[in-house]
Amino acid sequence: MTDTTVTPVSAKPAKSILEIDARTKKRNAAEKRFKAYGIAAICVGLFFLVALLWAIIQNGTPAFTQTYVTLDVELLEEKLDKTGERDIEAIKKVSTFGYKPLIQNALVDATEGMETEIEDKNLAKLLSDSAAAQIRDYVIANPDQIGETVEFTVLASSRVDGYLKGRVTREDLARDKNLSPDHLDLIDQMVEDGSVERIFNWAFITGADASEKRPESAGIGVSMIGSFFMMLVVLILALPIGVAASIYLEEFAPQNRFTDLIEVNISNLAAVPSIVFGILGLAVFIQFAHLPQSAPIVGGLTLTLMTLPTIVISTRASLKAVPPSIRDAALGVGASKMQTVFHHVLPLAMPGILTGTIIGLAQALGETAPLLLIGMVGFIASNYPEGVASGFLDPNSAMPAQIYEWAKRADPAYYERAWGGIIVLLVFLLTMNIIAIILRRRFERRW
Amino acid sequence: MSFMKLTASSLAIAAVSATSAAARDNVQVAGSSTVLPYASIVAEAFGENFDFPTPVVESGGSSAGLKRFCEGVGENTIDIANASRAIREKEIVACAEAGVTDIIEVRIGYDGIVFASQIDGPEYTAFTQSDLFNALAPKVMVDGELVDNPHTKWSDFNADLPDAEILAFIPGTKHGTREVFEENVIAVGCEETGAHDAMIAGGMSEDEAEDACLAVIGDGRSVDIDGDYTETLARIDANSNGIGVFGLAFYENNTDKLKVATMAGVEPSTESISTGEYPVSRPLFFYIKAAHIGVIPGLKEFAEFFVADEIAGPDGPLAEYGLVSDPALADTQMMISDEQTMTN
Repeated sequence: MTDTTVTPVSAKPAKSILEIDARTKKRNAAEKRFKAYGIAAICVGLFFLVALLWAIIQNGTPAFTQTYVTLDVELLEEKLDKTGERDIEAIKKVSTFGYKPLIQNALVDATEGMETEIEDKNLAKLLSDSAAAQIRDYVIANPDQIGETVEFTVLASSRVDGYLKGRVTREDLARDKNLSPDHLDLIDQMVEDGSVERIFNWAFITGADASEKRPESAGIGVSMIGSFFMMLVVLILALPIGVAASIYLEEFAPQNRFTDLIEVNISNLAAVPSIVFGILGLAVFIQFAHLPQSAPIVGGLTLTLMTLPTIVISTRASLKAVPPSIRDAALGVGASKMQTVFHHVLPLAMPGILTGTIIGLAQALGETAPLLLIGMVGFIASNYPEGVASGFLDPNSAMPAQIYEWAKRADPAYYERAWGGIIVLLVFLLTMNIIAIILRRRFERRW
Repeated sequence: MSFMKLTASSLAIAAVSATSAAARDNVQVAGSSTVLPYASIVAEAFGENFDFPTPVVESGGSSAGLKRFCEGVGENTIDIANASRAIREKEIVACAEAGVTDIIEVRIGYDGIVFASQIDGPEYTAFTQSDLFNALAPKVMVDGELVDNPHTKWSDFNADLPDAEILAFIPGTKHGTREVFEENVIAVGCEETGAHDAMIAGGMSEDEAEDACLAVIGDGRSVDIDGDYTETLARIDANSNGIGVFGLAFYENNTDKLKVATMAGVEPSTESISTGEYPVSRPLFFYIKAAHIGVIPGLKEFAEFFVADEIAGPDGPLAEYGLVSDPALADTQMMISDEQTMTN
């Protein structure tokens, strides 16, 4: 045994936690890289979100203003009421075509002194076709005004509106047969004059859809009512059915093969593509039950099928989240099973249930695919429902279907309205989600 | 629970009102998406001028509309079917089997089909049927012989056309427009170039040759568009070499993006289509269930209003939108007022 065999106590340990070795470096680098990926992913997501919102706002905001023309129209007695007896039936006989000369005269008067080479008969192209109907409605409501000169604020045509919004230029109109660049020169003079102005477009939010000849008067209001009635059906059916089913499954049902099967099926239903529910709705509600086509009640029933699994799953999750000690305590002081559930468990689970329901409703509100098959797309929503029953049963459209319909139409003015419709729809969805968040924040309990 | 009671009672109300909804007071129309804009323009004007409610107009295609039309007679079936083609014999039979025996056929006017391209794209300004046949048929005549289509550029067969890749966006086979395109353009070109005769000389029967003349090549030179004209427009926007098939009304609403080509030297316009000079056009129809007249309030008034001179005439709103008015409109008006049904 020699000295050499003695291993000297090393002053330097093989490893130090203060010194980073190659392996640790590698692990740290991997962590840094992963963080960078994460940040990059968020940035990409944010970029697309901003780009999308920017595109929507950029394209959609013009739909919320509309150009109107103020005109003094002389309601000539010899045109509107030849007999002079103010007989309402005789006045109704004069169709909107009979009002065209009055509008033309009013436009000739309004543009007097302005430089233009447009023939008198082409002046009316500045205005929407709805102008004649608006004046006719006024005359029928106020027959005593015949013979007077009344001031009307009527819609300008969609191309004039597009010009003031920068969508239509003189070059665009070179080959257009609806409007000529001369009309735009006249519009410039009328804007200076103050008789043409762009104001906030309430009619877009409250109005009915219009035909392709008058995009300027189209609004999303009627399809909003359609969506409202559909959501009402979904709420009335899906909430009680969904909550009852989940309470039974979660609190009362025995654990056996049959309930397992039901559970698996509910989870699978949530993943079924929505178009499948559309086909089902068509087969069951329209072809078998003979409910009216395009009616919000059918849309609502179809969307109920789609929303049910969402509500059941979220309700069961929030029932599960209620601690068992609550149930034990209630049962311990002598409450029955049902009293336990309805007096203690359900109130505590309510915020979760409501959140799930609202998110399910928001999803249903934005759904188009099932509506394609039950005739709510490709339909002109031009009539306001006359009451509650007619709201459910008369043909109507829904907001996303209306947007799709507008995007398909030929006139570029409808394109702008489709984007505007998206903004309205997004506002609704955002509101519903905010309500869901507030409910959760306010009533949530932590244990 | 009162909530449960509320739910139950509202369900009951819904069920009761569903049965009471049978009495219908509005006219219901469904069918061709080509006719939809015209029908909705008329429906809107009808609602404004009459005390009847605005008719309900749906689209879905000519065939789908006629199928619903032929489901039977009664308030839960539609009153009018729009179609961009005439009703077929077997549809009339299907109608009759379901009890729809009295049908009034109304021709509302003509629709022109135009060929248009990007406004800044190559100079596609003049086509003939032969040009489109040479570009798009699977077999064409080259130096007097029938061969597999060798053309990749328009200038390959017609030096007057631009030196650009052949790329055509044509309506898919489910569209009525496709039929018009095949019959009035490709088949005519087939005859003109002599391919039809060459096929018969090659041993085909007359019928086989006629069918072969309707074929369109599908290897990227022509693209079927199953959507509507907005989709074709988007494709044209993205491909400056492309030419697309549009309805006249659609083109006239988008003259800022599209330029139109003449067909056999004729510029498409409402005038040239109504005189029959422009070769690619088709009649548009709607069909009325005669059994519903007098039962559905406003049905006959709506039909009469549709073909009235002030609506469907040459200066009416339909012509302004792009419909080519029918020179024989007066006969149609007469037919509706007499409730003259189709005779088989």
